[in-house]
Amino acid sequence: MKRQMLLVAGIALAATSVQADVIAPDDVVMSEYGEVFESLTGAPGDAARGAEIFASRSGGNCLACHAVSALSDQPWHGEVGPVLDGVATRWEEPALRGLLVNADVTFPDSIMPAFYKVSGFTRPGDAFTTRPAPADLQPILEAQQIEDIIAFLMTLTDY
Amino acid sequence: LAAGVGLADIRTGGELVINGEIPIVTETAAPEHLAGALNTIYSGWVFRTDETRAMQADDFDNPGMLYVEQGIEAFNTAMGTEGNSCASCHENPESLAGVRATYPQWDEAHGEVQTVEMQVIECQTERMGVAEPYGYDSQQMRNMVALIASVGRGQTVNVAMDGPAAEAWELGREIYYTQYGQMELSCAQCHENNYGNLIRADHLSQGQVNGFPTYRLKNANIVSIHNRFRGCIRDTRGEPYAIGSPEFVALELYVASRGNGLTVEGPAVRN
Ligand code: HEC
Ligand code: HEC
Ligand code: HEC
Repeated sequence: MKRQMLLVAGIALAATSVQADVIAPDDVVMSEYGEVFESLTGAPGDAARGAEIFASRSGGNCLACHAVSALSDQPWHGEVGPVLDGVATRWEEPALRGLLVNADVTFPDSIMPAFYKVSGFTRPGDAFTTRPAPADLQPILEAQQIEDIIAFLMTLTDY
Repeated sequence: LAAGVGLADIRTGGELVINGEIPIVTETAAPEHLAGALNTIYSGWVFRTDETRAMQADDFDNPGMLYVEQGIEAFNTAMGTEGNSCASCHENPESLAGVRATYPQWDEAHGEVQTVEMQVIECQTERMGVAEPYGYDSQQMRNMVALIASVGRGQTVNVAMDGPAAEAWELGREIYYTQYGQMELSCAQCHENNYGNLIRADHLSQGQVNGFPTYRLKNANIVSIHNRFRGCIRDTRGEPYAIGSPEFVALELYVASRGNGLTVEGPAVRN
């Protein structure tokens, strides 16, 4: 019991210290080629968690548009975007981070949503409720979720 | 981007003849105003599974026809202070066979583009003395609009986009190409650039409205055009316009004009 409490306290501490280093969406620095060199959290990404967020409909739902062999156990891979097999051989980590933050910089007018952006929208909503967005609209994905997805993408070295 | 269009996935060649007697045009040359955007227009029927397709080929298998039956009953029932039914003035539903293919349409007396729903409300309030007309997206309205579509099946969609309707048409066009919501997606990005492709489990069509009201297996009911628009903008993490709003009326006119040349098939069956 005591051990568990200590553990919980430890996690809470870790969470706050991570929180302090998180770069807010409006503060992300992007190169003219759409790369983001600095980690959004300073904490390493977790590839397994990234794979889950990639597939989850309430997470990134990347699978809606992208097929990837590594997740062949999941049904319904989309055909709107390129197949992501071998993507880590095509892009470096900063470019992948930039694509997730705002793909429009690399691919103008991309159908791929900007996952770490909170302003500049036309009629933004409060998620899928049809209600208008709240004043403190959150990005579609949290900073650490993006780092986790990048870690997953970096494992995709095979075709 | 056009390279993404999975033309191989568009299962052309199938033929839809409803009840063995109403031929439906599910594929034809795009209207001139779409030059550069689309060469061929397809009914949403083309993108559905064999089972879903088959349900629409016979009225006994089409669950949407149950709502048409209810529409017929309402058509012959007196309502309002004048004691009229629709049939008092329109004789039978078949007398309205030309309506679905040519709406939305400019209404001179009201100085606005009207949808079928708006026209029904006009008859109820201005000619029948109905104090509480059907709600725009109510079950009764959808039943009546499904009836009016069903008697027009097989007629070639031909909505006017010029003359006094031009202003609304332009607004609708602008809306069609606007990227809405937190996901910044336009109708065109899904239905013009990606028809034929899977988006997760959904096979994207061209987003045509010639099949409305559609019976959606998912809802086990018929759904209106504006309800579908609302759902698509909601799915962009956006705030949709209101059902029946001038924006959605304009969008309906524009989208209908993208289907000029297809045929009316409502109530169509969709998933
Ligand atoms: C609505 C569709 C859509 C969604 C959702 C989407 N993407 Fe994309 N993505 C695309 C398209 C389309 C491209 C190709 C670039 C372009 O044409 O805009 C692309 C490009 C990419 C690329 C570069 C691929 C290459 O091979 O060059 C990566 C990496 C990527 N997406 C990752 C993701 C991840 C991770 C997510 C989820 C967090 C995601 N995408 C969600 C549509 C989407
Ligand atoms: C008292 C007579 C009367 C009744 C009752 C009536 N209508 Fe009408 N309806 C008209 C007239 C007159 C027009 C033509 C008005 C116009 O052009 O704007 C019309 C037009 C229409 C149109 C458009 C026809 C076209 O070719 O453009 C539709 C659809 C319609 N009515 C449906 C209905 C329905 C459904 C009901 C019952 C709920 C109904 N009407 C009841 C008189 C009536
Ligand atoms: C994120 C992608 C996406 C966007 C953006 C989108 N739709 Fe859709 N839409 C779909 C999907 C998925 C379906 C269901 C499959 C199909 O019929 O295409 C659908 C269905 C439809 C249908 C029904 C077609 C039929 O035959 O039953 C219409 C009409 C439609 N959309 C219109 C629109 C309009 C107008 C807009 C813009 C306001 C829009 N959509 C934006 C994804 C989208």
